[in-house]
Amino acid sequence: MEKLEKLESLREAYGEELSILGEKNKNIVVLDADLSTSTKTDLFGKKFPDRFFNMGISEQSMVSAAAGLSLAGKTVFSSTFAVFLSNTYNVIRQSICYNNVPVNFVVTHSGISLGEDGPTHQILEDVGIMSGLPNMKVIVPVDAVETRRVIDYLSKRRDSPYYVRLTREKFPVLNDSNYDFHEGKSVTFRDGKDITIIAYGIMVSFALKAAEILKNKNIDVRVINMSSIKPIDRDAIVKAAKETGRIVTAEEHSVYNGLGSRVSEIVAENYPVPVKRFGMPDIFGKSGKGMLLFDYFHIGVNDMVKATEEFYKEEFK
Amino acid sequence: MEEDNPNYLAGIAKEIRKKIIEMTYAAKSGHPGGSLSITDVLTVLYFKEMNVDPLKPQDENRDILIMSKGHASPALYATLAVRGYFPENILNGFRSIDSDLEGHVHRGIRGVESSTGSLGQGLGVAVGFAIASKLDKKDNKIYAILGDGEMEEGNIWESLMAANKYHLNNLIAILDRNMIQLDGFTENIMPLGDIGEKVKTFGWDIININGNDIGEVISAIEEAKKSKNKPTMIVANTIKGKGVSYMENNPKYHGAPPKNEDEYNQALMEIGGI
Repeated sequence: MEKLEKLESLREAYGEELSILGEKNKNIVVLDADLSTSTKTDLFGKKFPDRFFNMGISEQSMVSAAAGLSLAGKTVFSSTFAVFLSNTYNVIRQSICYNNVPVNFVVTHSGISLGEDGPTHQILEDVGIMSGLPNMKVIVPVDAVETRRVIDYLSKRRDSPYYVRLTREKFPVLNDSNYDFHEGKSVTFRDGKDITIIAYGIMVSFALKAAEILKNKNIDVRVINMSSIKPIDRDAIVKAAKETGRIVTAEEHSVYNGLGSRVSEIVAENYPVPVKRFGMPDIFGKSGKGMLLFDYFHIGVNDMVKATEEFYKEEFK
Repeated sequence: MEEDNPNYLAGIAKEIRKKIIEMTYAAKSGHPGGSLSITDVLTVLYFKEMNVDPLKPQDENRDILIMSKGHASPALYATLAVRGYFPENILNGFRSIDSDLEGHVHRGIRGVESSTGSLGQGLGVAVGFAIASKLDKKDNKIYAILGDGEMEEGNIWESLMAANKYHLNNLIAILDRNMIQLDGFTENIMPLGDIGEKVKTFGWDIININGNDIGEVISAIEEAKKSKNKPTMIVANTIKGKGVSYMENNPKYHGAPPKNEDEYNQALMEIGGI
């Protein structure tokens, strides 16, 4: 019997954690661009209206002002939907990353799990966009527990900008309540010796399910949650290459410029073994129930089982 | 006080203009036109109106200046050097590989608050500083120097709205209205019209002045400082390339230094002695 999953919203965890941190830390300010009831920064805004700034549908001015507030010493969280933050790429590049000011961008509604809003809103390129920026760090929390830990961690740091990618849908809770986040470190949720699936976001849950199915086919799968994408856990990747010989990467993102690309680079440079990138091909999403779209695009659990099994059995010369 | 003597400030402005010519000629690169147009404004700000101390560049109550038109780096760098933020001989390395003086305004330089160059971002950054000052109950002023071509950027209009919403009377934008952008005259490239009137409808106070008249610049800034609840934009009507006859009102010198030694010597001669 499959154990009943506990689902929890990552964006609600974000808003709740912010409003808790805001009590003690009076230096925190929060900016949003007319989506606070969706990103859940409204939970902070209602409690601390003097430190909450709704900049309207003006992402560029939100990001510019975030830079100024941070340069002036504030601990800044800035939120909108992931796709709209990409409006401001060059503002982030110059005023945030080149200035190297510690602004925390926490974005929601990324990926196809967003669902009905459709391809205009389902950004699948943002991990690549943000990872390419010098000084920017990129984190994709796997569940509500990790989201809370990450937000708490960022509220205490002033060393660089961060991009934290959240989603609209509730995701399964995978971590215990005593879990602690360590930047640049992955978590091995399941050990295995035959093949490794390195994933982030909802794909970690899929990978754990796929691993259970593959166990019945005598394939022993290691599952790693790589929530810290930049900096990435190089050691865990090389170790997986050495110990399991094959790596599948899985992400709710384009297979270009995301986790698959980063892992491939590290494997190629350190310990070359075959890598299979599992994720969205070079295409846009579509409208539909968020959790049905994974099967529609052949990146659901069953597709992952099939891809992993075939890849495991494939002969490379 | 010497800064109350207009001749003293005019002398400083001449010194800065000469350095703009020297550093762009040495670099064979850079933007003299929009540097010379804004020189008088920067002189008044750094030598009279702004509360800044080169010995304490991080003083928490200092006034903040964001040079949103980051290509006017020669003007800002020269002003900071003459004001004493760093030795003047450092200016000679402008834009060169072994210098920290990056081509566009670079935050790594002592006295520079934010990196700029890609246009349209500095006003929003200044809005952030101004909000922070309000939260911290500081009575410092935040200045943003904007180019007129830069007014074509959407982020400027977003930030104008934000400054109005948050009643940022501690924010003073100074628009270098020299009528010229890289490709030609603003009114041909993208007509701005009566730009002050447009900004006024966004809830700002507007002061129109001759931005190359030191006395008018002083009066405008002192009036803007008194604002009770609105941000102020000073529309500084200036001459691009001010002080060098062949550069004045000539779009070619937006991003080109003197072409040869004759042009170089002529520029220094026309700017005149200190």
